[in-house]
Amino acid sequence: MATKKIMYGLYDDEVVLIKAVKKVRAEGLKIHDCYTPFPVHGLDDAMGLRMTKLHSAGFIFGATGTLTALSFILWITTNNYPINYGGKPYLSLPSWIPITFELTVLFASVGMFLTYLYLNRLAPGMKAEIVDERTTCHMFAMTFEIDDHTTDAKKTEIRKVLSDSGAVEIHEKEL
Amino acid sequence: MFVSPLREPLIQGHKTYKQISDDICAPVEAKPSKAWFIATTLSGLLAINGFVMIGLTITYGIGMWGLNKTVGWAWDITNFVWWIGIGHAGTLISAILLLFRQKWRTGVNRSAEAMTIFAVICAGLFPIIHMGRVWLAFFIFPYPNTRGPVWVNFNSPLLWDVFAISTYFTVSLVFWYTGLIPDLALIRDRAKSAFTKKMYNIACFGWKGTAKNWQRFESISLVLAGLSAPLVLSVHTIVSFDFATSVIPGWHTTIFPPYFVAGAIFSGFAMVLTLMLVVRKVFNLQEYITLAHIEAMNKIIILTGSIVGVAYITELFTAWYSGNPYERYAFLNRAMGPYWWSYWGMMTCNVVSPQLFWFRKLRRSVVFTFFMSIFINVGMWFERFVIIVTSTHRDFIPSNWTMYYPTYVEMFIYIGTIGFFMTLFLIFSKVAPVIAVAEVKSILKTAGDQYTGPDAIHKHEEDNHH
Repeated sequence: MATKKIMYGLYDDEVVLIKAVKKVRAEGLKIHDCYTPFPVHGLDDAMGLRMTKLHSAGFIFGATGTLTALSFILWITTNNYPINYGGKPYLSLPSWIPITFELTVLFASVGMFLTYLYLNRLAPGMKAEIVDERTTCHMFAMTFEIDDHTTDAKKTEIRKVLSDSGAVEIHEKEL
Repeated sequence: MFVSPLREPLIQGHKTYKQISDDICAPVEAKPSKAWFIATTLSGLLAINGFVMIGLTITYGIGMWGLNKTVGWAWDITNFVWWIGIGHAGTLISAILLLFRQKWRTGVNRSAEAMTIFAVICAGLFPIIHMGRVWLAFFIFPYPNTRGPVWVNFNSPLLWDVFAISTYFTVSLVFWYTGLIPDLALIRDRAKSAFTKKMYNIACFGWKGTAKNWQRFESISLVLAGLSAPLVLSVHTIVSFDFATSVIPGWHTTIFPPYFVAGAIFSGFAMVLTLMLVVRKVFNLQEYITLAHIEAMNKIIILTGSIVGVAYITELFTAWYSGNPYERYAFLNRAMGPYWWSYWGMMTCNVVSPQLFWFRKLRRSVVFTFFMSIFINVGMWFERFVIIVTSTHRDFIPSNWTMYYPTYVEMFIYIGTIGFFMTLFLIFSKVAPVIAVAEVKSILKTAGDQYTGPDAIHKHEEDNHH
């Protein structure tokens, strides 16, 4: 099995990076990934990434919270141990609203956060495969997957398109 | 210089991305200064003293406090509401200002959110220690038990509060940490020693910063902001329900929810200013927390301070207009009774003093703003004291009338929470960047002094990049 390697170009400006991504894709090369120090608006569109479905997960978690709160309170106050508070009805929906709201927000936030960590493979102790340490600081990296079978002609092509599109440094690295 | 004529730049000094990282990470990477050690030791000692006093309270009971049969809630609940209120500015800055796309948020949101978390921890202490038998604190949660099972009362605002505060704390923590992950990764990648790298890699969960990572980051930030915005309003609304749903004159007021929320944001911004004015000076971050940031926060202080002022006057009017003698007396007693000094202290600090911020010169004066922020925090503490103590100390039957005086135990617990808060904040300031580095970088081109958009006076020169 060939060792997995990447070739990457470093850019020092996000505007140049986005233009470069468009140029590289127009030339038919497959970008492996981009690493940026901050969220660059429009980069996901330029790379042709699909919109994340994370917010849909958030909605499902939130709805679960709403249902949990309502059904739990309903069961307790009308079924499990009904108590007469000041002659008010057992099923007193208006006074359940605050807790229902809080649990909706709690479930949505925590559930979405855990989903976010899972999708991004984030956890304490995860080994980060960083292509270049400067990509969390001030550099923007565009990476390509290569291996031992990649021809020199292909590598030269990638190098050329990277330097033509404004990359300030080009490197190869084993992951 | 490429300056937008429309808005004052929010990042000064013509920074590059590298310089932004260097400037903001410098305090974390430098060895702690002598002043930091002295400040942390002092606040740590106050905190320890506070915990000793909490120990006394738990050992000997609530009798260590100055409470009595007529005044059952006093400093403890005052401090609880005060701290919760302070926390609200953090969420307002990070959530509501994000939804409104206010770019100045990026300079202060990290510290403000940290402040929220630490303030909520301090707040949460008070109701728990007021329970007396703290080892039974889990009784407040609905769980199957052998007492019937008699569940908690779902119609009680005190229970709603349990849910509101614990949700608020959890969501604030999640929101804060989501933003912190990329910045901790930055410190990891800049770190020289292998040990620091390892520790920060654990803390940043192995963040990589790929395009997909950031896309999800933006998505979760927006949704958490959307969830936190109504949450923060609900939390202080529910805190106000603790009073508003009672039958005590001076408490059962329908304007409490908006009045409490405005007051919370008012006091929270004052605390953000107190902290940030010190932070920007000590850590040399004046180019990131600019006068424009301070002015923007002072404008929010005028707005919320005026809402609070209108609420005070509305309360007075309603008390008179209600024709209810108890209600009228409650308010007369606030202003002219034995606790008149707290009422007028509150009026001066919260209603009169913020109006001085109508003067641009004062809004942009660092020294004036600093003193004002302390003033407002004192005033907002008085507000809660006025509401809680003066409404109860003279109740329906004059034979019950009494005075409330705090004991040294209560005073040191309060001072202890301030020490605890400061200790946590000082530790935070040495461990993580006090400004959201990634977010500041993301506004550099649109709101920094290198703005090159259509309204800029000077156009960007093509060769400026290199």
